[in-house]
Amino acid sequence: MLSQILYALPFLAEGFAVTLWVSLLVVVLSLIAGVLLGVGLVYGPAPLRWAVRIFSDTIRGIPILVLMFFVYYGLPAVGVHLQSFWAAVLALTLFKTAQVVEYVRGAVASIPKGQSEAAMAIGLTFRQRLTSVIFPQAFRRFLPPWINGVTDAVKGSALVSLLGITDLMQAINQVIGRTYEAMPLYILGALIYFAVNYALSYASRRLERRFAFIRD
Amino acid sequence: MASSNDNPALLDIAEVSKSFGSVSVLRSVSLQVAKGEVVTIIGPSGSGKTTLLRCVNFLESYDSGSIRIDGKEVGFRDGGARQRRSERDLAAMRAETGMVFQSFNLFPHLTAAGNIMLGLTKVRGKSKTEARSISEHWLSRVGLAHKADSLPAELSGGQQQRVGIARAVAMEPKILLLDEITSALDPELVGEVLAVVRSLAEDGMTMVMVTHEMAFARDASSRIVFMADGGVSAVGPPKEVLAAETTNERLRAFLARFRASHF
Amino acid sequence: MGYTLNFNLIWRHFDKLWGGLLLSLELAVISIAIGIVIGLVLAVWYVSAGRVVRAIIAAYVEFIRNVPLILLVYLVFYGLPTVVDLAYSAPTSFVLTLSVYSGAYLVEVFRSGLEAVPRGQLDAGKAIGLTPWQRLIHVRLPTMLRITLPALSNTFISLFKDTSIASVISVPELTYGAQWINFNTFRIVEVYLVTTAMYLLTGYTLLFALRLVERRFRAAR
Repeated sequence: MLSQILYALPFLAEGFAVTLWVSLLVVVLSLIAGVLLGVGLVYGPAPLRWAVRIFSDTIRGIPILVLMFFVYYGLPAVGVHLQSFWAAVLALTLFKTAQVVEYVRGAVASIPKGQSEAAMAIGLTFRQRLTSVIFPQAFRRFLPPWINGVTDAVKGSALVSLLGITDLMQAINQVIGRTYEAMPLYILGALIYFAVNYALSYASRRLERRFAFIRD
Repeated sequence: MASSNDNPALLDIAEVSKSFGSVSVLRSVSLQVAKGEVVTIIGPSGSGKTTLLRCVNFLESYDSGSIRIDGKEVGFRDGGARQRRSERDLAAMRAETGMVFQSFNLFPHLTAAGNIMLGLTKVRGKSKTEARSISEHWLSRVGLAHKADSLPAELSGGQQQRVGIARAVAMEPKILLLDEITSALDPELVGEVLAVVRSLAEDGMTMVMVTHEMAFARDASSRIVFMADGGVSAVGPPKEVLAAETTNERLRAFLARFRASHF
Repeated sequence: MGYTLNFNLIWRHFDKLWGGLLLSLELAVISIAIGIVIGLVLAVWYVSAGRVVRAIIAAYVEFIRNVPLILLVYLVFYGLPTVVDLAYSAPTSFVLTLSVYSGAYLVEVFRSGLEAVPRGQLDAGKAIGLTPWQRLIHVRLPTMLRITLPALSNTFISLFKDTSIASVISVPELTYGAQWINFNTFRIVEVYLVTTAMYLLTGYTLLFALRLVERRFRAAR
């Protein structure tokens, strides 16, 4: 049994690399999209605010799996052809973006109104108020929950296995298909996911403490 | 009176009215403040004093009337139509007034010096070095030269408020607006903040302040304005307004209640 | 492009979706019921236990929270029966998984709720002569439940969405129903539009109803 698993390790490592690659793409892309839309949700004109609100509430209201199948099977039906890898990344990114939007909104909303007023009173323009006063403070409040939420991206990435992408989850299932050693392999997989995510949430707790001075 | 015709007012508030829905918070308020004057606004809570102050630098808009500083309308474009100034214009106008807040509102991510330098570099376009030396000058004026690199969270309330004052005056505003700046302080910290205000008054800084510190108002103001129900109910030199034998019923009631609770 | 929507086939097979939705709700309700028991017992145990028990409970919570649910579902359905002599259906297996999964989240919810009960209330309980057990039942738990009700509602809504994972072991819940119609009719866009609407409508109705319950519960106290 042990030799079989050892034999499969390089294959599992490849799957793990895919898991990390998918997670990284989703985290980076959703960070960019989520911050832009989040700022739009707080400061944008009413139509944009409504659009982002509907986007976020819809995405967060349905299972990721449904979103993923919708994107994967639905896009080709309307003539958009994406490789299954990118369809999966797109779906997970949409899901994660909705989360990031809410982190941004929460972080900005947590900055007291007096901060904007003090910035106005010394004559800063809207853009200067955002870049010099609001964002630096909001960033510190955004960071801990966001890093904590990175684990959701890693966990969510396991769903790409359902679209035939050989990530860690799929690699484990394939090795089980050959070796029939289900339990040891699932436990091994669980430990790998656990190690990555636990390290991430540990890092977020550390950061939270480092930025604690900002609480007033 | 300081606001005679040959000495045009620096701040000219003319018939300003404002309401929130059906509640009228300012009713045709008029007030002129000359250069170098210290005007204190007193009155019961809900009388509109803070709202009036916040209209002067257009943190709040008003429905009718006009507010001019050096002859320039604050929030609306020159000319007949009431058209709100552009964001850029408003920012430039606001830089002409300084404001100190009840809750300090220091920027918590910036040091004491950083708080003062922000407006100097971004609005006044000064270099970092110049802004730094100006901020050090003002910090030593308020007795905090040694705290230049401290974050607000590391300062006491009184120290924070003194940085708040330094941040406002470093911009060299034409008028300084002080909104109940000692209300959030522990009693033993009030003195150090008022001492700074007094020294600014002696230097000829034009100030409009809202306060509950009656003794300070009496000693430091050139005029006192008593507001009630969104209007100016009495105005004049401290001795007249705070006189016990005033015939103004509302003022007398206010002062009596005030004396009962504060003296 | 040129895709024209046609919902006829969806309505013909709507029972797959409707039955799936009911099963999803059933799975969520049973799982949260068991999860609440697990969470309550472990939380109460945790706050009064020594270091070893605390470490074990913490390990359970951290493990479950950091592993993908889909892996846990596979592990319980395909893995567990290979090492222990157990035979269960896919729905039972899934309920077992989701219960243990929600239990881990609820331990945390209840534990912080217990710690948020004001000290004064417990002192008051002592002062009127309640035994430790009575203080737990009559003072600590009722207050804690009121504090944790919103978090409990949120957990339930997210479990309802998590039931979609049951489709990977062929439990015929809503997502499985959607997949079935997808593969059998190819009315892909339509079926996912309808499914999305069903999840949204159910989820937000539940949320709204639970918020009402929370408010009444608070007012009644």
